[in-house]
Amino acid sequence: MSAYVRRAWMVVWKDILAERRSKESLNALLFFSLLLLFVFQFALGPERARVEAALPGLLWLGFILSGLLAFGRTFLIERENDCWEGLVLTPGDKSAIYLGKLAGNVLVMIVVEVVLVALFAVFFAIDFTPFLPGLAAVLALGTLGLASVGTLFGAVTAQMRARELLFPVLLLPAVVPVLLASVSATQTVLAGEPLADAAAWLKLLAAADLVYLVVGVLTFEFVLEG
Amino acid sequence: MAARALGWLAVLALVAGLGAAFGYAPREAVQGNVQRIMYLHVPAVLTAYLAFALVFVGSVGYLLTRRAGWDRLALAAAEPGVLFTGITIASGSIWGKPTWGTWWTWDARLTSTAVLFLVYVGYLLLRGMVDEPDRRARAAAVVGILGAANMPIVHFSVKWWRALHQPSTILGPEPSPIAAPIAATLLVNWIAFTLLFAYLLAERLEIARLEDPDAG
Repeated sequence: MSAYVRRAWMVVWKDILAERRSKESLNALLFFSLLLLFVFQFALGPERARVEAALPGLLWLGFILSGLLAFGRTFLIERENDCWEGLVLTPGDKSAIYLGKLAGNVLVMIVVEVVLVALFAVFFAIDFTPFLPGLAAVLALGTLGLASVGTLFGAVTAQMRARELLFPVLLLPAVVPVLLASVSATQTVLAGEPLADAAAWLKLLAAADLVYLVVGVLTFEFVLEG
Repeated sequence: MAARALGWLAVLALVAGLGAAFGYAPREAVQGNVQRIMYLHVPAVLTAYLAFALVFVGSVGYLLTRRAGWDRLALAAAEPGVLFTGITIASGSIWGKPTWGTWWTWDARLTSTAVLFLVYVGYLLLRGMVDEPDRRARAAAVVGILGAANMPIVHFSVKWWRALHQPSTILGPEPSPIAAPIAATLLVNWIAFTLLFAYLLAERLEIARLEDPDAG
């Protein structure tokens, strides 16, 4: 078991190091988040009530759009640098690589989400502080769901032509339940209601996360063969 | 040939189904003749579910055995599955316009059926993007398995979504005991659609087998 965790951790560490040295993804992602904010502002206009009503949807729209960019790159890096073979030849259970890549994607998404929430707080003058614990719980469950499908489909499409097109086309319908449940739960949280009021949605999120994770772990070996 | 016989059987059953839908089934009291679309709509969606269940079986079968036959089964089921889902959505829309006054509404059933449609259109798109058979089969199988595993979640999430936000005003409680002639007509049409699907599946399997240079 510890060897398994270690293998997964090594994938995470390798990607963190590569990102730290190249600073390719994160900078662009954060800039992209800032641009999204302008798009939202243009779409909704200055009326504050509209922004507040749309806020849960806008937040998740921002997360999934950033996620589409981030997840799509996960395995592209391996392909572009000819490291795919290395991953395939790694001894032991291949699903550790999936979990490592997934953990990396969750990390990236957490950074993006924190920044995006902060940007919303500043530019739309919204005080998130009373909702932070509830919001964090919903974000954690929703992000895990998005990232587990995103990581798997990112690997599936990495070796294909027209992957930039195919990846979102596959991912978006597959994560409809996660988006739906996350937006609804976020709505409950931001309305100042207790988290227990969103229990049905959180259960759905947890169930979806579990299903996606199990499918990902069981099928990843076949994806990695390339 | 077996597929040929199946085809003629499907034609017979479809003619019988048409006859029953227009000649035998009574004119529905509230909705009038529009209700007869149900004899197309319901069998189509039931057949689509059957098709996607077969995609799942074929996908799991392929990953476990790596036999091309399982992948051909998944492909041969997915194409008519998308077709029948399309028929379901189109016929539902045609029924919805005079009955609900709109082609489309974001009702739970509609939304989940639309998501089902999108998932498997994506599945077919993916299949078109890879030329190498084993790679294509593996990638498709992963998407097919996740798609099928996702379906119950989609179904319940959109159901709750509506249930939590606005009461279902359009789909009121139906009169529960369906009249016997209507039920019988539905059954005939359902059998006809299943036969049609079986015919399409058999022919598509045969085409896929002929396309595969390695198949015996």
